[in-house]
Amino acid sequence: MADVIATEPHNFRPEIRSEPANAEAFGVVERRLTLWEQLYGSGPVRKAFILLILAVVWEVYGRSVDNSLLFPTFGETASALVSGLATGDLLMRIWTSLQVLLMGYAIGIVAAAVLTIVAISTRLGEDFMVTLTAMFSPLPAIALLPLALIWFGLGAASLIFVLVHSVLWAVALNTFSGFQSTSRTLRMVGRNYGLRGWRFVSRILIPAALPSIVTGLKIGWAFAWRTLIAAEMVFGVSSGQGGLGWFIFQNKNMLDIPAVFAGLLSVILIGLFVEGVLFKLLEDRTVRRWAMQS
Amino acid sequence: MNVMLSSPSTLAPDVASSQPILDIGDVTLQYTARHLSILATYKVSAQVFEADRFVLLGPSGCGKSTLLKAIGGFHKPSEGEIRLRGRKVTEPGPDRMMVFQEFDQLLPWKTVIQNVIFPLIESGKAKTRKEAEERARHYLDKVNLTKFADNYPHMLSGGMKQRVAIARGMAMEPDILLMDEPFAALDALTRVKMQDELLELWDDTHFTVLFVTHSIAEAIKIGNRILLLSPHPGQVKAELNGLCRADAAGPKGKAFERDIHDMLFAHKASDEVRHHG
Repeated sequence: MADVIATEPHNFRPEIRSEPANAEAFGVVERRLTLWEQLYGSGPVRKAFILLILAVVWEVYGRSVDNSLLFPTFGETASALVSGLATGDLLMRIWTSLQVLLMGYAIGIVAAAVLTIVAISTRLGEDFMVTLTAMFSPLPAIALLPLALIWFGLGAASLIFVLVHSVLWAVALNTFSGFQSTSRTLRMVGRNYGLRGWRFVSRILIPAALPSIVTGLKIGWAFAWRTLIAAEMVFGVSSGQGGLGWFIFQNKNMLDIPAVFAGLLSVILIGLFVEGVLFKLLEDRTVRRWAMQS
Repeated sequence: MNVMLSSPSTLAPDVASSQPILDIGDVTLQYTARHLSILATYKVSAQVFEADRFVLLGPSGCGKSTLLKAIGGFHKPSEGEIRLRGRKVTEPGPDRMMVFQEFDQLLPWKTVIQNVIFPLIESGKAKTRKEAEERARHYLDKVNLTKFADNYPHMLSGGMKQRVAIARGMAMEPDILLMDEPFAALDALTRVKMQDELLELWDDTHFTVLFVTHSIAEAIKIGNRILLLSPHPGQVKAELNGLCRADAAGPKGKAFERDIHDMLFAHKASDEVRHHG
């Protein structure tokens, strides 16, 4: 038998057998990461570092321009922001804006949910949603503002109307595409359990489509902010108390440019907070935990 | 072939009831793809009895998966009917739990144990959460996954995912467990292991299972009754008794395998050459 193998053309190589080396041979198998590796591995630290760099660049450029009417430095903006917050004026403006924003956002999400459920229930509903989205999604919300003012007057209702318009289509479109891309197997599993109607939607479709839904919510949130600030700047004071957009506009008129920058900076800071903290928490606890998104 | 047909069924000693659990009567299935209506099976009949390990075997395109989906209630027969314990099958339901081939059949947002508990609660099979959890733990233990109960599906290997799906199906204690090529996507070593485990589980509880496969060897290993389907459209070619486990692993099993292979492919070989040559 051995002779036969030896004459096989490809068996001219000797066989190799080896024992795995002892653990001492290669020292440490596990070691703690160094402080630097840990810091670099942490997302918040990396992001904070980028923000710091940006602030430094801003400060340096601001000082080289040396004209706070054109481009206030980071320091000037920060102190305007702090004094605005300290007097409570800026805080009130932010609060006014946020109230309207959250109202419009919430109504927009509910409307999107209704529209999407209609869309997945029947084929006609699907066509209805697709057509409406194709019609209205490209329409800038701000373009509707003059009409909204005629229909709803100078109150918060007009702002909410344009906010709903800016949130609704993005959320509906993303949710619907999430439902559509739910795997066939998961749908069959749900129906195999005997789930039907709303229970099927809430127990199977919504969690399965959550990555798309969260994306829709993020886009909707960004659209809503943009629309609100723009609308407030065009539209001015609503019922005595203006929002953040009005704060920016007003300070521009008074040539208090550091305050204008402070207003813009607060929009940015709120955006960073919502994206970097709230949405991140939501994603960490859901889609990322389930590895539906990396 | 005659030898095999006459070999006594030494399996399933407790096949006692004379009423079939599942009665497939002259079932013709059609599905539409693009602008075509395709005949998947034509007048297929079969009866599955209590504690059967009934295998649907056939080459791809014989409509065996479509037939299983029809039994699952996902597909309406255009002719004939499917009855489960005398009741006509019209829609999917938890009395026929399915184990799919795909690894993504577990809900990714639930842990392993939650995946098993969820259908127990939703279908009302378990009265309380505690009862559901006990049952889930019991069946996870049976498939050796107790340690992984609190993991999410993405942390498991393909074989482990299929074991969860089997535990989930068995925990529901359905009238019949429908398995659609559950091991086809696994590597060869894991597949053999899973087949052995499935047989062990069956020895334990004698559940009724309908198993779809295109592997003749797997059919012989798993089944105590094998339904052979011919392709395009699927028609019953034969319904055979399986071998006992000792025979299935030995030369008798090999001979049986050749027999079945010849039945499915022999006189088709010349056609194949003409079609593809």
